[in-house]
Amino acid sequence: MIKQFLMNLLLSFIWVALTGSMYYTNFLFGFMIGFGILWIMNRNESDRRYFNKVPRIISFIFYFLYEMIKANVQVAYDVMTPKYFMRPGIVRYPMNAQTDMEINLLSMVISLTPGTLILDISEDRKTIYIHVMYLQDPEKFIKDTKTGLERRLLEALR
Amino acid sequence: MIDILIAVLSTIGALAIFFASVGILRMPDFYLRLSVTVKAATMGVGLLLLCAAILFPDISVTTKAFAIIFFLIITSPISAHMIGRAAYFTDTPLWKGTIVDELAGKYDKETHELKDEVHPDDTVTEQQLSNKNDAE
Repeated sequence: MIKQFLMNLLLSFIWVALTGSMYYTNFLFGFMIGFGILWIMNRNESDRRYFNKVPRIISFIFYFLYEMIKANVQVAYDVMTPKYFMRPGIVRYPMNAQTDMEINLLSMVISLTPGTLILDISEDRKTIYIHVMYLQDPEKFIKDTKTGLERRLLEALR
Repeated sequence: MIDILIAVLSTIGALAIFFASVGILRMPDFYLRLSVTVKAATMGVGLLLLCAAILFPDISVTTKAFAIIFFLIITSPISAHMIGRAAYFTDTPLWKGTIVDELAGKYDKETHELKDEVHPDDTVTEQQLSNKNDAE
């Protein structure tokens, strides 16, 4: 896992050194080429994890950006029109995330999505309390977040 | 091409900051204000910095811009969380349109510990909350 990542970084540095332009688009291009080369050269099953993980991380980033823009538009519409469409509420949300890193990233992602705000994490680190702006139904909100944001995040991390 | 991209991104960023500042004026209670402000401001500043990174073809500007975006994204949720938590401790009132408050009664007021087990009479239902609002 970490071996493939370092190998990929090494290949992208070689690409940058050979092409001679130290610019981030060039570095990203080199990283992509290195990823492709490693993927073609890959033989044993145990190294397969890295090649599943990188696309998942990238797709999670794009999914998160999409969700963020969608929710931002909703909030902006509510701010600019005279009528309030909000149904705020504080929801108890049981997490699947376990380690410190997972909890940290999950709460960061939930906090950055507009309309949701982390209020607190319980002492035993199993539940978080979220202030939600557009709450139709607490069960539905929990189900949506569990199957959408949290599942994708944990798939990218584990 | 790059000019159009920069124009679009910086317009969206400036609009996001504008909506955040209007949100401070218009939102009815503290938590909603916090909720609107933090994310929209983060997104707006992030987009403006991204424009700067694209505009200047200089590696030092780009790395600095990305570093600022990275630390902004890491730190702003934490500050929002701390402000919101402190507001809940000091009993900042929720808006009357709030439909459910599952955090009510869970805090130990002395030690600020958060118990996790759910007691049936701890959760405030929609009915009780509307009764409480009527009483006020």
